[in-house]
Amino acid sequence: MGFYLAQFLTGLASASSLFLVASGLSIIFGVTRIVNFAHGSFFMLGAYLAYTFVQILPQGIFGFWGAILVASLAVGLIGVLIEMTLFRRIYRAPELFQLVATFGVVLVIQDLTLWLWGPEDQFGPRAPGLEGAVRIMGEPIPEYDILLIFFGPAVLLGIWLLFNKTRWGTLVRAATQDREMVGALGVNQSWLFTSVFFVGSFLAGLGGAIQLPREAANLLMDLNVIGEAFVVVVIGGMGSVPGAFLASVLIGELNAFGILIFPEITLVLAFLVMAVVLVVRPWGLLGRPDVVLRGSAGPAEGPLQPFTSTARLVLFGGLVLLLAAPLILGDFEIVLLTDVLIFILFAVSLHLIMGPGGMVSFGHAAYFGLGAYGAALAVKYLGVNMLGGMVLAPVAAGLGALVFGWFCVRLSGVYLAMLTLAAAQITWSVAFQWQDVTGGDDGILGVWPAEWVSGKAAYYYVTLTLVGCGLFFIRRLIFSPFGFSLRAGRDSPLRVEAIGINLKTQQWIGFVVAGLFAGLAGGLYVYSKGSVFPDELAISRSVDGLVMVLLGGIQSLIGPIVGAVSFIVLEDLVTRLDYWRIIFGSIILFIVIVAPEGLAGFARRFLPQKLAGRDLMGGGGA
Amino acid sequence: MSLLVVRVLAKAFGGVQAVKDVSFHLEAGEMLALIGPNGAGKSTCFNMLNGQLAADKGSVLFDGRELIGQRPRDIWRLGVGRTFQITATFASMTVRENVQMALLSHHGELFSFWRRASHRHGAEADRLLDRVGMLHQADRACGVLAYGDLKRLELAVALANGPRLLLMDEPTAGMAPKERVALMELVAGIAKEEQVSVLFTEHDMDVVFAHSDRLMVLNRGEIIATGSADDIRSNDLVKEVYLGGGTTFDTGREMKSHA
Repeated sequence: MGFYLAQFLTGLASASSLFLVASGLSIIFGVTRIVNFAHGSFFMLGAYLAYTFVQILPQGIFGFWGAILVASLAVGLIGVLIEMTLFRRIYRAPELFQLVATFGVVLVIQDLTLWLWGPEDQFGPRAPGLEGAVRIMGEPIPEYDILLIFFGPAVLLGIWLLFNKTRWGTLVRAATQDREMVGALGVNQSWLFTSVFFVGSFLAGLGGAIQLPREAANLLMDLNVIGEAFVVVVIGGMGSVPGAFLASVLIGELNAFGILIFPEITLVLAFLVMAVVLVVRPWGLLGRPDVVLRGSAGPAEGPLQPFTSTARLVLFGGLVLLLAAPLILGDFEIVLLTDVLIFILFAVSLHLIMGPGGMVSFGHAAYFGLGAYGAALAVKYLGVNMLGGMVLAPVAAGLGALVFGWFCVRLSGVYLAMLTLAAAQITWSVAFQWQDVTGGDDGILGVWPAEWVSGKAAYYYVTLTLVGCGLFFIRRLIFSPFGFSLRAGRDSPLRVEAIGINLKTQQWIGFVVAGLFAGLAGGLYVYSKGSVFPDELAISRSVDGLVMVLLGGIQSLIGPIVGAVSFIVLEDLVTRLDYWRIIFGSIILFIVIVAPEGLAGFARRFLPQKLAGRDLMGGGGA
Repeated sequence: MSLLVVRVLAKAFGGVQAVKDVSFHLEAGEMLALIGPNGAGKSTCFNMLNGQLAADKGSVLFDGRELIGQRPRDIWRLGVGRTFQITATFASMTVRENVQMALLSHHGELFSFWRRASHRHGAEADRLLDRVGMLHQADRACGVLAYGDLKRLELAVALANGPRLLLMDEPTAGMAPKERVALMELVAGIAKEEQVSVLFTEHDMDVVFAHSDRLMVLNRGEIIATGSADDIRSNDLVKEVYLGGGTTFDTGREMKSHA
């Protein structure tokens, strides 16, 4: 009995830290509508800064708590700085741009932290006066945990007072419901947003700082905590602080007891709960659906146009060059080119659901990874040949998309994005934690192509053929009645329903098709590398896909191809450098702010009309 | 038997009884206007007929079939077209493609993954566009159309499955006065020629009196009067709720400024 109580209290203690992070995320989202990936980075900075301040300030109770307070305030100011220089510019941008921009910040902060504190984990001190443990029903409970258990509710009370008893809190609550109206009533929105960012970042910093005695500051903290914080915020309801508290306790306890029952899949549990909650209550436990948000989608996309004869010529020339490439280039370049082709297919499959489908997926890596693991596992356990592996890869991914897609298409916008992320995290955690089958972190090795395609050039031709067919099929699909129904549903769900179309079915099929082709890309990838690791399913791989689509331009069919090529070439150049993340993050931020229509859109403005096709948008009556 | 028979339809939002036991019927080829002050329950009524909103109670029989409990998409398949107060069209498609999309759905081709959508039912789409006077703009992007043209396009889309009933929620909202008259004449012409029944809500009294065969006045969720334009004009209760007494409907000129 005592053991379970101890487990319960541990769960409550971790819930407190989680609540601080999640409530900050939720408050920021409520007012600014930005889902801030960098919130996990604020948490990490809180821990690192607390570590540093503890050493600077005098030892003892005041030094320790002073360090935590100063660290949290510093993180709050960092949040303000980022808000004022960056986020202010993207409040009106589509959700996708905001999400990707905040991920750019994650990369930059990761490298800055690495540069400032080095790669080693930094162990903080115990809290002075709370080093011991008390015995409750015979079980030792750390005193610091007891303190944390009370800390969470105390902060909840503080936030409640701040929101309900101050003028500022009233404004924040009003802006959460209808920010345009608050602006129309003469409230200075910029400062309201900035102050909200301060409070949110402060809470994240505080969450990281008070975690220091329990967990060493490390460079993986940011993405680890942001995954859980997303889950908490979505379960609790975006923008709801009490909801975040409820969900933190739920997740904290789930982790504490889940580890007893299913040690292999603790990570999965949280995401499963989130998926179930989202399907039953699409706006979370205490969230409200009636949030007013007025148009911010940017200019409408133009009608689809088939290739012009000039474009066909260019395409044909490109194909000839690709066919001739192995004759001209060396092995190294051919491997890179194979990579480029594989990621073109990945990006185009993602674009299918994001562009024409209008569903922002934050977890497309799941299907890439399922394809790769599907083939690898089949080779390892069933001993299938390469043909079997290449068939099983898209099948495995397609089945995954069939299951996850059923849940995902029930939602839209940010919630859809969060659920796709959760789905990807589930697959990632299975690959990572289920060591007996997937090899965990060590991955699966020895997945080599058949004899006849073992040469670099031969494998390149296989890839070229399959990717070429995939691209052709997806393009046909977009121009087909089915593809039209997807775009129609994106443009006006109301009208689509009113002309007899079951949009969810169309979206579900679109999701599965995209999954199939991502899986094919994954299969091609695993045979080209000979191995697969959980990284292929991780958040950063999903973001790679998003950046490719964004880089190329989401409104253009050629966009994801341009994006994938530029991305892989850029990545190949940049990752050779020590601090590549900071460069990469900066590039992402640059694109989002300077060229939001992507490279293809950017180029379209300057291309000759012949290549770009007729300008239907500006044309008068025929 | 009437084409549409509505019996004791009701809907409450919390404590507000938005629609209270509304009953009426609509004949084939008839244009029936549903009018009433803001908040009278017109849109709620509409959304229940169309399946977007679940009714608390009541029955809606369309050609003998119960519509209550059916989804909008199924109601459309039975032959009920719909236009919205704020036009709902596909901004990233051309005008013709908008109509083609509805035709593809009507002809059951939504699961075709290979054929070119823009090659399907082009002639039929052009015929519909011609009917609403939009053929000359068929190749333009829908996203750049003037609002009045969007309304016409939406009408063409709503006619794509050859509906026997059109539900039009404020068909002329947001249009210039001249365009309003033109659009309603178009709708009236289609109703007469193709025996399509039209149920519409409208704020512009000129439009209502000129183009409806019959009117219903809704106030606080209840129908307070039904009849011809003349009946409604001279109905004291209607004058009372609409104008709070004082002025009368005979001064049609004044009404315009209130619309």
